[in-house]
Amino acid sequence: MTPTPSAHPSARSIADDIRTGRRTAVEVCAASLAAIASNDPRLTAFVTVTGERALETAARIDADRARGAGLDRPLLGVPMAVKDNLCTAGVRTTAASRVLADYVPPYSATVITRLQEAGAVVIGKTNLDEFSMGSSTEHSALGATRNPWDEARTPGGSSGGSAAAVAAGMVPAALGSDTGGSIRQPAAFCGLVGLKPTYGRVSRYGLIAFASSLDQVGPMTRTAADAALVLEAIAGHDPHDATSSHEPVPSLRAALGRGVVGLRIGVPRTLLQDGVDQGILNGFDAALARWTAAGAQLVDITLPHTAHAVPVYYLIATAEASSNLSRYDGVRYGARASLTREQGLRDAYMLTRAQGFGDEVKRRIMLGTYVLSHGYYEAYYLKAQQVRTLLRRDYDDAFGLCDVVAMPTTPSPAYRLGEKTDSPLQMYLEDIFTVSANLTGLPALSAPAGLTSDGLPVGVQLMGRMFDEATLLAAAQVLED
Amino acid sequence: MPTYEPVIGLEIHAQLCTRTKIFCGCATDFGADPNTHICPVCLGMPGALPVLNSQAVDLALRAALALGCDVQPRSVFARKNYFYPDLPKGYQISQYAEPLALGGGIDVEVDGSSAFVRLTRIHMEEDAGKSLHEGFADSDRKTYLDFNRAGTPLIEIVSEPDMRSAAQAATFFERLCQVLVWIGVNDGNMDEGSLRCDANVSVRPVGQSTLGTKAEVKNVNSFRYLQKAIEYEIGRQIDLIEHGGRVVQETRLFDAAQGKTYSMRSKEEAHDYRYFPDPDLPTLVVAAGRLAEARAALPELPDARRARLMTQYGLPAYDADLLTQSRELADYFEATASASGLPKAASNWVMGEVLRTMKERAVPITAVPTTPTALAGLLRLVDAGTISSTVAKDVFATMYESGRSADEIVESQGLAQVSDTSALEPHVAAVLAAHPDVVEEIRAGKDRKFQFLVGQVMKASRGKADPKVVTDLLTRAIG
Ligand SMILES: [Zn+2]
Repeated sequence: MTPTPSAHPSARSIADDIRTGRRTAVEVCAASLAAIASNDPRLTAFVTVTGERALETAARIDADRARGAGLDRPLLGVPMAVKDNLCTAGVRTTAASRVLADYVPPYSATVITRLQEAGAVVIGKTNLDEFSMGSSTEHSALGATRNPWDEARTPGGSSGGSAAAVAAGMVPAALGSDTGGSIRQPAAFCGLVGLKPTYGRVSRYGLIAFASSLDQVGPMTRTAADAALVLEAIAGHDPHDATSSHEPVPSLRAALGRGVVGLRIGVPRTLLQDGVDQGILNGFDAALARWTAAGAQLVDITLPHTAHAVPVYYLIATAEASSNLSRYDGVRYGARASLTREQGLRDAYMLTRAQGFGDEVKRRIMLGTYVLSHGYYEAYYLKAQQVRTLLRRDYDDAFGLCDVVAMPTTPSPAYRLGEKTDSPLQMYLEDIFTVSANLTGLPALSAPAGLTSDGLPVGVQLMGRMFDEATLLAAAQVLED
Repeated sequence: MPTYEPVIGLEIHAQLCTRTKIFCGCATDFGADPNTHICPVCLGMPGALPVLNSQAVDLALRAALALGCDVQPRSVFARKNYFYPDLPKGYQISQYAEPLALGGGIDVEVDGSSAFVRLTRIHMEEDAGKSLHEGFADSDRKTYLDFNRAGTPLIEIVSEPDMRSAAQAATFFERLCQVLVWIGVNDGNMDEGSLRCDANVSVRPVGQSTLGTKAEVKNVNSFRYLQKAIEYEIGRQIDLIEHGGRVVQETRLFDAAQGKTYSMRSKEEAHDYRYFPDPDLPTLVVAAGRLAEARAALPELPDARRARLMTQYGLPAYDADLLTQSRELADYFEATASASGLPKAASNWVMGEVLRTMKERAVPITAVPTTPTALAGLLRLVDAGTISSTVAKDVFATMYESGRSADEIVESQGLAQVSDTSALEPHVAAVLAAHPDVVEEIRAGKDRKFQFLVGQVMKASRGKADPKVVTDLLTRAIG
């Protein structure tokens, strides 16, 4: 096993091989399952592996191919892992929580259905921080996931399982979800391309909500081309999600290879003065140098309200989460605490939730409940929404000067497991570069930008205009050449 | 001892007559087997999202326009957070800070004096499921849940505290219900809970401008019970104050059997609902065009129609009132009136025989098989003197049963009045001959005996004689 991207075939080449008959979908699927069997006991990327179902699906794809059917499917036979907060009909979906440990959804998330329609073979469900609350995949009821680059380190989170599965070559592509950086930060820690689409670009129907106004599903892949392939498959309006956009989805694959000639890249230098690792800065500067060498120009910008982004994010995200997680009451589904004869309804709620949720989730529910409570709503939630508007204005101003905004994805590379679990606040502050994209709704991508002197991946982040994922993908691809 | 003035405001929850629920595609049918109209959305399954039912918005708009409200171009769905087993998501989606409509109101007339009761607002929301605490073998230990109702679209109509008597409040509720049913927004089935009323009641010494502490009487679902509950509550509060007590702000329930309200929970221990805009639902934008369409589609409302029936057909207020109890009844009347050209007769017949038959058979006007055209045919026969009103009632009954026309029935049963004097003269002669004593009495001035003779002739003709002709013949014969 090696995390080096070139060692593993891309999703696009797999689909091409199956289409042209060089390999069968069953062969590819079996190889993927074998890689999981040999690597996952160490990495714990997967919560559930659906090997049998996957092989059946692969066999159907091969049978279709034999009849000449379904060959135009862009992800033909591509094995994919999906984060375990995406509902899969008939397959346990836990959100890495005890409260959903045995929960089997009756329906599939729209993104799952779309992946399947595009020919992908869903091979398993990946680990995450419980309900996506965390950035290390350590807050999982099913145990921590390890980083394939250094197994003593975190793969990041909350989509750490998807990141580890792709980085270790168990699958060429995975879906994650991103509420404050949960796709981009693990992509950065694991040397992958991770894309948080524009809010509304991808349906949230069937995504177990953390913070509804911030959540987006997106691809985690080894190449920009694969990210484009996957995003094209899942993007577009969904009548089941009232917040999904009617904005047409352009051909993202066509945008690849467009290069960055003339692209104006905004760099908010003032944000990089303190608290960013030298290894990260080196990788970032190297990426900027490659872009300028390829014809882009750098523009200095300021984003004055970024300093408030993390507190604003934790006010809004926890407020929405406190309400979103109210449904886990043990009444209709999920784990329910057993009661003595003397205990009543109130005990049923308290015990079910006390036993069902982990500490980080409880911490955020309490924070969010406080933020929304009578007498504090105006001071916290409403104020946070106002700052959110100001933040959006910062970016509107910036996009008058540049076409994309570049900054490191994270202030430091992957840290050791357990290193930050005792200090939630320190872990929250790591989100400084990622949360703005969620608060503004703008698309953002993390691309690999070399390694630190310790051999750990560095991620560079690009944020673009609303619905302009194409430019981000094209720019990310330039770094791959 | 001061005299007290009650102050009453109402909050009415009305189910919208949509085919499907407000945020999912499940049917809204009443009375289905428990938990058969449910889906991931209305059960609050993980990952499920609400999508607003456009028909629900149209109906809510119609209600707002009919009640004279200002529809807000932008309104916002919020989450009202609280835990209860029949509340699937742990929050109810409702409009809070920015409701669909503000203002409006209706005229309420009690004992001949009319007052305008203002509305505060109308907002849209979803209903909860139903907790079944009784009726199962293990109901002492368990509560069962039925989520069929969860997600049924509602509008909540909130009045200003403008009402000053229980009767006025009950009339307001009744008028409101009439309008909602009239415009096809609500089905009016109170027994099925499709209209529910909460009353905020307080009392204060006459002349005092500040409001007293209010109690909220929850979930009253009949006009009569509402009046009783408020009357009881007014009495209770006055009694309390008179005896040195203090009204506490609380929620009370009405026990119809005992005619009393009792305390459910006090507001002190009330929830903090932590309202905030629901991030799953975009702002509801009502474009000017949509509003104009809704306004254009609004039928003539009960008050306007009542007034028009009086001016256009010359009906007395009593008739107009009765005929506008439902839109369908008013339609029936107008169709009969225009087909017959006899509005007052049409009114009398609809209010009389038609309503009586409907009540007797417990059917709505829409199920009456006799069409307005058919009824008009009958009215014309009476008007032309072909049959008497008495015979007409029997003919109507036959029409209702058989579906045959009045002409046909009168013809086949030979019911036409006999006004031919030559046919009646033998009967008159026979009656006079049989009752010489009566004739004498009449001649001596006892006029009231005259009707007896008319009756005898009618009887001899088996009811077919035209009473006017009989009267003429008798008068002439007696001299
Ligand atoms: Zn439903």
